[in-house]
Amino acid sequence: MKNRIILTVITVLALLPAIPLFLILFQLLKEGLSSLSLDFFLHLPAPPGEPGGGIANALVGTLIIVGLAVLIGVPVSILAGIYLSEYGRHGKLSETIRVCADVLQGVPSIVIGIVAYAWVVKPMGHFSALSGSVALALMMIPVVVRTTEEVLRLVPDILREAALALGVPYWRTVLKVVLPTGMVGVSTGILIAVARIAGETAPLLFTAFGNQFLTLNPLEPMSALPLVIFNYAMSPYEDWWRQAWGASLVLVFMVLGLNIVSRILARKIAGEK
Amino acid sequence: MRNLEEKLKNQARYDALFRRLAQAMGVLVILLVIGVFFTLVKESWPAIKAFGLRFLWTTTWDPINLEFGALPFLVGTLITSFLALAMATPFALAGAIFLGELAPPKVANPVSFVIELLAGIPSVIYGLWALFYLVPLVRYFQMKIGAPPYGLGLFTASLVLAIMILPYAMSVARDVIRLVPQDLKEAAYSLGATRWETIRHVVLPYARSGILAGIVLALGRALGETMAVTMVIGNRSAMPHSIWDLANTMASVIANEFTEATEDVHLAALVEIGLLLFIITVVVNLIARLVIIKTRVR
Repeated sequence: MKNRIILTVITVLALLPAIPLFLILFQLLKEGLSSLSLDFFLHLPAPPGEPGGGIANALVGTLIIVGLAVLIGVPVSILAGIYLSEYGRHGKLSETIRVCADVLQGVPSIVIGIVAYAWVVKPMGHFSALSGSVALALMMIPVVVRTTEEVLRLVPDILREAALALGVPYWRTVLKVVLPTGMVGVSTGILIAVARIAGETAPLLFTAFGNQFLTLNPLEPMSALPLVIFNYAMSPYEDWWRQAWGASLVLVFMVLGLNIVSRILARKIAGEK
Repeated sequence: MRNLEEKLKNQARYDALFRRLAQAMGVLVILLVIGVFFTLVKESWPAIKAFGLRFLWTTTWDPINLEFGALPFLVGTLITSFLALAMATPFALAGAIFLGELAPPKVANPVSFVIELLAGIPSVIYGLWALFYLVPLVRYFQMKIGAPPYGLGLFTASLVLAIMILPYAMSVARDVIRLVPQDLKEAAYSLGATRWETIRHVVLPYARSGILAGIVLALGRALGETMAVTMVIGNRSAMPHSIWDLANTMASVIANEFTEATEDVHLAALVEIGLLLFIITVVVNLIARLVIIKTRVR
């Protein structure tokens, strides 16, 4: 009897949090879908207080800022991951690198924003998309380093030995045999990291800053979806609130899409093993 | 022959070069962490020099007279984080037991999948939802019990934080509970233990430190969470006296004032709050890491 009661209580407690979480999704769909239209994607923001306008600049901005962050962060992360898996599996330096990657991953995003401000915005003298990308790259590096290491470790040594036996130098073995074998896993890691940084707002507040106009120049301030959601939500205009919901829906679709694709990829690796 | 020797020599050189390059990128990760720390110290130096340790326990935050004390924000961060943790932990634990032990895989797998997706929703969207749905709800509740009906404030911020960290704490705890060896549980059942007795006396003690690590990691998240909190906490830079008060956390005051700070000392004081936040989260994460390592050793 006691067993029954407690197990029921646990089940109820376990299912209760589903209510707010589903409410969020439901309200996001309800409020967001009504503001989606072709104009919403293709137009620039209307002047403050006037209804209408779209988020074209923010969409382009998010793509550019995240894309630049990937360009900055991924090569560094993959090489560092290669080092951890291929050259220094044990040893003090590798252990220090791992701890540092964990520490970096735990740094609050707002603090990352301050650092990017000090490193890029201050010397340049003005806000820029580039500084936002630096902040986001700092956030994605630890994730990609650790997944690259884990995935490359799974590559069987037989493959490395086969290549070496053919006289292939080690660096080519790594680039032509080990890395391609683990490529699906590494891409999964990159996708997960991109999904994480695409929705980040705090590191962009005083780096990319936001921009009412469309710009493709990474040295200028640039808008991004999370910034638009924040600014519109905190504004006094009802039409901007509506647009904040629309932009949120777009962002959620992007982030969830990336997450789902990365999970399918991850499952594919698990299946291959 | 000569040609071959030269080629081999070249390859050896490339090998060394590639190794060095990979190593340099690894070292760069270390340098980034050190760089983050020193940048924060350097940028906050004017405030450290001007206020010294008093920064930590004075309560005046006055950008006009340039007098800065960070205690209200330290208190705001501690209250929201621990309140959120207290609200989320029972549900997270129950959810982890449910998904890891009770539910059949057919239910547990899709539910876990959805939970992990929800954990990926950006915090600004949680903030948007809280601002338009949670705030009116809290305001209604406050009017019922006779508290000041702001809607915004410490309590609302804690509530949205709890919702945000729940999926995270739950999935860590569930993973640990799944790792409990089957034969231990079967031994308990064979002695006539009920399901709850097995969970209570076998599963939970075995998974204890892993669950603890999950809670500490969730705490680390809550401490640094910025956007959702900034949107619903009310942004008042004075000492909070009750959980219904408008307040600020360390992260939210930085988000609100950083672009508006015109005086160097003001900016430096904000960076110093960032430095404190950095130190606190690093310590919390290292503790979680130690707990995890301890679990593995056992």
